[in-house]
Amino acid sequence: MKATANTKRSEKDPAGSREKSGKNKKSGVEKRPKIISLKPRERMQIPRNQPNEQDPAGRITNFCEVSNGFDVRKALAETERCLECNDPVCMQSCPVNIDIPSFIQLMYQGDYDGAIRKIRESNYLPAICGRVCPQETLCESVCIVGKKREPLAIGKMERFLADYEAEQGTFTPPPVADPKGQSVAVVGSGPGGLTVAAELAQMGYDVTIFEALHEAGGVLKYGIPEFRLPKKIVDEEVDRVKALGVKVETNVIIGRTLTIDELFDEMGYSAVYIGTGAGSPRFLNIPGENLSGVYSASELLTRVNLMKAYKFPEYDTPLKIGNKVVVLGGGDVAMDAVRTSKRIGPEQTTLLYRRSREEMPARIEEVHHAEEEGIEFHFLTSPVAIHGDENGWVKAIECQRMELGEPDERGRRRPVPVEGSNFIIETDTVVVAIGQTPNPIIQHTTPGLETTDWGTIKADEKGATSRPGIYAGGDITRGGATVIQAVADGKNASRAIDEYLESLREASETEAAPTASGAAQGR
Amino acid sequence: MYPIISSQELAPAINKLIVKAPLIARKREPGNFVILRAALTGERIPLTIVDSDPDKGTITLIVQSIGKTTMLINSMKAGDELIDVAGPLGEPTPVENHGTVVCIGGGVGTAVVYPIAKALSEAGNDVISIIGARNAELVILEEEMKAVSRELMITTDDGSAGRKGFVTDALKEILERPGTLSAGSGAVYAMGPMPMMRAVSDVTRDTGIRTWVSLNPIMMDGTGMCGACRVTVGDQLKFACVDGPEFDAHQINFDELIARNRTYADLEKKALETCKSLQT
Repeated sequence: MKATANTKRSEKDPAGSREKSGKNKKSGVEKRPKIISLKPRERMQIPRNQPNEQDPAGRITNFCEVSNGFDVRKALAETERCLECNDPVCMQSCPVNIDIPSFIQLMYQGDYDGAIRKIRESNYLPAICGRVCPQETLCESVCIVGKKREPLAIGKMERFLADYEAEQGTFTPPPVADPKGQSVAVVGSGPGGLTVAAELAQMGYDVTIFEALHEAGGVLKYGIPEFRLPKKIVDEEVDRVKALGVKVETNVIIGRTLTIDELFDEMGYSAVYIGTGAGSPRFLNIPGENLSGVYSASELLTRVNLMKAYKFPEYDTPLKIGNKVVVLGGGDVAMDAVRTSKRIGPEQTTLLYRRSREEMPARIEEVHHAEEEGIEFHFLTSPVAIHGDENGWVKAIECQRMELGEPDERGRRRPVPVEGSNFIIETDTVVVAIGQTPNPIIQHTTPGLETTDWGTIKADEKGATSRPGIYAGGDITRGGATVIQAVADGKNASRAIDEYLESLREASETEAAPTASGAAQGR
Repeated sequence: MYPIISSQELAPAINKLIVKAPLIARKREPGNFVILRAALTGERIPLTIVDSDPDKGTITLIVQSIGKTTMLINSMKAGDELIDVAGPLGEPTPVENHGTVVCIGGGVGTAVVYPIAKALSEAGNDVISIIGARNAELVILEEEMKAVSRELMITTDDGSAGRKGFVTDALKEILERPGTLSAGSGAVYAMGPMPMMRAVSDVTRDTGIRTWVSLNPIMMDGTGMCGACRVTVGDQLKFACVDGPEFDAHQINFDELIARNRTYADLEKKALETCKSLQT
C-alpha cells in the first residue's frame, strides 16, 4: 500500500512532499500526530548521542572511517529527543526537504525500512549525505532542541538508517514508472548526476550516465577521503542507482570522446544534464609553484582516494609525501588534504590559512578532527614564494603575516599583508588547496552554451541553460559548493527535464494528429 | 574493457598494439592521446594514438617497456584486455601548410611524430623527417615515416644505422641548406625524450623558425583536473593534458619540466623491482 503511494508521488508529482510542507506551514491545518511517548520535558533531558569514533592516535595510522556512526541503541535513543514539531523547521532547512520528523517517527517505531524509504523519497543518496552534509549549518542548525540543548543528530540518524539497510541487505529499489520512451544523458557521476539519474529513472526515462574517470562517483570517489566517506559506501550507492535501470559508461569524456551535440544528434538523447563539477585546481601563481613536491589538493587526493597511492607498491600509482608537509587553504578540501597527508606519516603537518579561524569555510567537525589528529594551524599567514633546492625539489615556503581589514563583498574580512613580516617555513611538500574552477572542456566544445566570467555554465533556477534540452547544476553552475547543493540542483533539474520532455511528447503527438484542439493543447 | 586485437614487437621492448576502442577511433585526430589502465591495481598512463581505423573501431598504440606498467602492457597478448582506455585527449595538432616542415622523432617519440608527419604531408607540406635512436635495432616506423616524407634521415648514437650522431646534427645540416627553412617560413616538429626536445629547441631558438614539441610530463587524469602535468609556457601556467600536449618549444621552461619528471624516479624503480621479483 505504502509502495503504491510512493510511486504515485514520484510519478505524477515529484514536488508533492515539498508543496505539502509549504501548505502545512501556512495553514497549520494538518497537525502531525505525536508518536513518541515521552513528554517534551523528558525528551529535552536526553543528551545528544555521540557516535563512537576511532581514537586520534590510532586513526592517523590508517584510512579507515573516523566515525563509526550510531549503533541501534544510540540511534533509537536519539529519536526520542525529537520534539515532533508541528512546523518542522529542520525539514525546511534541508536543501532537498527530507521529511525529517516522519523518518524519525518511523525509526522510533522500529520501522527502519519505512524510515529509509521516507528519506529516499527526497534524497537518493542517504549513506553519503548522512556523512558529508554540513548538517550544522542546515537541518541541525535550526532544530528547536538546539535552542536549549544540542540539536538532534539528524545526519547521524540518516547515516544509521542507510548503513543498517546495507548491513541487513534489505534494500529494494523503489518502483519505477512505465517507460516513457525518451532517453536522457547525464554528464558526470558525482552527487548531482547520480541524483538526476535516480530521479529520472524512477519517472520512467532511459538514463545513461557518462563519466570521464574509470570509476563512478565524482568528488565522492576522488576527492573526499576514505576516512570520511569509505569508497565502498560510494560504490554501494552507485549500485542502488544502477538498480533503477540507470546505465553508467565510464572512460567517456564528454567534449572529447563525444560532444553534447552528438549525444542529441547521433545518440538520440532527448535531454542532457551537465553535472561535471568544478574539478580544475586553482594555483597561487607564486614563484616556485612548479617545483617537485608541490601538489594541487586535487592531485594529492586523487592519487590517494581513487588510485590508492597509500597502498603503493601494491597499487601502482606513486605518491611522495616528505617529512614536513604544508597545506595551503582553509576549506573542506584543505582539511581533507592535510588529514590525508598526516596519514601518510610525515613528522610535521601544518596548515596555513590567510584569514583567522572564524573565517574558515571548512566544517567545524572536520577542523576539530584535524586538531585532534595533531595538525598544526597557522592563521593569518599567506605564502609569497616557494623555494627549491638544487634538484628542483621544495625546501621551504616563504610566508608573510596578515591582518584582517575591511569586510569584502561576501562579508568576510579581507586579509591585508603586514609589511616586513616575511618569514620562512622549512618544508619538503606543499599542497595547494585554495579552490577549484569548472572544467572547461564542455563549455569549449558546445556551441551556444552560455557561460559566466567565472567559467561556470549559466543556468536558471530550474537548471535550464541557454540551449533547449540542456540542463546543468551543482559546481559547474555554482563554482565550488556542497554535495547536498549538487543533490538539490539535480532534483530540481530532474523536474524541469521531466516537464521539458513531456512538452516534447505532447508536441510529437500533436504532430501525429494535427487537429486544431491538439495544437492548442500542445502549447 | 578494451580488447587487444594484436601485439607485435617492432624492436626490443617496443610493441605495437592494435586496441579495440570504437568511440576513440572515430573521434581521434593527430596529436591526440589516451590515458589507459592495464590492471585493477594499475596506474593511469598517457600514450599517443599513433593511428586509428574508425571502420574497424581500433586505435594503434606503440609502447616501450620502461617501467612496471609498460612492461605489463607489453606482456599482454592478442585477446587480453586493457581495463580502461579514455580519450581522445589533448588538443589536436593544428595541421596547416607551412611549406617545408622537419619532423623529428627521438626513440619511441617517432610514434608520436608519425601521425603528425602524416597529417602534415596530407596537408601538402614538404616533409623532411629525422628519426633518431640509440642503435639500429631501436629504429621504428622507418617504412611508415618514409611513406609520408620526401626525405628521411636516420641517426643513431653508435652509427649502426644511418649517420652517427644525434637528431640535432641532422637538423643543423638541413638548416644549412639554402632556402629550406627560415624565420617565419616552415616549421619544426620534435617529439621524443625531454632532453632531445630541449636540444632541438636550442638549435632553432635563434633562427626564428617555429618549433613545436609534444610534452610528456607526468599525467594522472588527463582531463585537466589535477595539474600534475602543469608546465610554464611563456609566463603562463598551462596544463599539458588540456592545453597541449604540443606547445611552442621556445616558450617552455624545460629545466622545470625535466626536474618535475624526476619526481617519482625512485618509486618507479621500486615498483619495477617489485614487479620483476614477482616474475622470477
